[in-house]
Amino acid sequence: MTDDLRELYQDIILDHGRRPRNFRPIEHATHTAQGYNPLCGDRVTVFLTLDGDRITDVSFQGRGCAISTAAASLMTEVLKGKSVEEARELFAHFHARVTGGEDKPLPEPLAEEMERLEPLTGVKAYPARVKCATLSWHALEAALKGGGDAPVKTE
Amino acid sequence: MTTASPRIVDPASDRLPGGFDPRRLRTEFPIFANNPGLVFLDSGASAQKPASVIDQIADYYRTDYANVHRGVYHLSARSTELFEAARVKAQRFLNAADPREIVFVRGATEAINLVAQSWGAAFLEAGDEVLISELEHHSNIVPWQLLRDRLGFRLVVAPIDATGGLDLAAFAAHLSPRTRLVAITHLANATGALVPVETVVELAHRVGARVLVDGCQAAPRLDVDVQALGCDFYVFSGHKTYGPTGIGVLWGRHELLAAMPPWQGGGEMILNVTFEKTVYQEPPHRFEAGTPDISGAIGLGTALDFIESLGRANILEHEEALTGYGVDRLSRIEGLRLVGAGQRRLGILSFDLDGVHPHDLATVLDRHHVAVRAGHHCAQPLLEKLGYPATTRASLGVYNDEADIDKLAAAIEAAREMFT
Repeated sequence: MTDDLRELYQDIILDHGRRPRNFRPIEHATHTAQGYNPLCGDRVTVFLTLDGDRITDVSFQGRGCAISTAAASLMTEVLKGKSVEEARELFAHFHARVTGGEDKPLPEPLAEEMERLEPLTGVKAYPARVKCATLSWHALEAALKGGGDAPVKTE
Repeated sequence: MTTASPRIVDPASDRLPGGFDPRRLRTEFPIFANNPGLVFLDSGASAQKPASVIDQIADYYRTDYANVHRGVYHLSARSTELFEAARVKAQRFLNAADPREIVFVRGATEAINLVAQSWGAAFLEAGDEVLISELEHHSNIVPWQLLRDRLGFRLVVAPIDATGGLDLAAFAAHLSPRTRLVAITHLANATGALVPVETVVELAHRVGARVLVDGCQAAPRLDVDVQALGCDFYVFSGHKTYGPTGIGVLWGRHELLAAMPPWQGGGEMILNVTFEKTVYQEPPHRFEAGTPDISGAIGLGTALDFIESLGRANILEHEEALTGYGVDRLSRIEGLRLVGAGQRRLGILSFDLDGVHPHDLATVLDRHHVAVRAGHHCAQPLLEKLGYPATTRASLGVYNDEADIDKLAAAIEAAREMFT
């Protein structure tokens, strides 16, 4: 395999792509939303349980490529126990990192979580694949806003 | 058929399928010199352009450019002559009876929309039926849905059979005296399934229905003869026939075009305008409002010359042989399933690789310089029916050879190793 492909498909991504964590529905989720990428037909549903402002449980289901599956899986891992505000801050930061935008420094505990998402930032070099990495985060944002029946789209 | 062309290999020597050497032909396509190592297997989305087409467009702008059908001056007359000569080339390409049956449009999508908005809006009504098939590209589905929503006719869909080909018996059963139009692909873009258009036309005409054929994938691969096919409308896009983007052809029987109202108004399409009443031009100019894509039409003419210089029968032979090789080669890859294409597959290999998402596969293939399409290929209903959210598609052109297929296969193997 060529080296730049390894940049994109790091072991942690291949691992989470094959064996996604928190890949299950939450029966009594307080928040849920669907994400849809019309370009490739990928679909993801994000489930959240909020206790006040705190994310006590988060999971996802759906079908997608290795990048989108790994991104959703890693997202659920870093979000557990975070506040809604922290989740939004992480997304803003992550979005900036994968699109090559400007990222403000994060406070220490969040910066550590961001490091766990770092392997996904390889998509920056693959503009067609950025949406794969952000699909589940867009669904998360929609869920926090109150969901709705229509899936959020990446297009 | 040309035999004088130097790229046609001497039949006495080791003859390649089609009689031409794709590797030698590649030198006529500048994209390959500018992208060394490129294995281009996405001609079904858009074909690369030979230098003759690129040069023709530049030459036209440099030496012969002026607006058409307007100026009395010499340059405009010359430009008009070149533009109308391209129409004659398109006529011959389809073996149409008359150049007036060739309408220049932006592409096949616009051609289908033109037929829907003009012929359909004038002649269809509630209670009628338009029959399409499950093999269709979105561009042969959505224009009919838009019109159905306005007029209230029924849009009926003929299914595929278990092998992925058009189910002819079911197709016949879906025809009725209410069927006014059959709109069907000649060659399915998502799977490569060839549709027996002659039979479809015969069945449709028996109930008095008109037939529109989407020839986007067939035009660059088959020797299309609209008179032999017997259809009523035939459409194709220039950019898939080695020509420029932004130009395409609608062919329609003259009596049908002559009975159709204009669909867009403007200059070029009128005979006489007063504020009370406008008299429209005869076809084809009635349907070409505004300044047309003159350079596109002329470039398309040159692309059709390129195809004819290779020989339509030769191209078909090449595509068939390479399709066969591709089916054999890909079938030997563990975990790879070719998407069914019925009795006859041509030029397109759509497949699924166990455990590897098409977009991951396409990214890995890209890093091996192999360009393929991954996704639903603008045929979501078909893929849904076949049970795939997305597939990977390799589509062939005159510049592809067996070595390209071998490189594709090797890259697929590499992806399989990586992901499974």
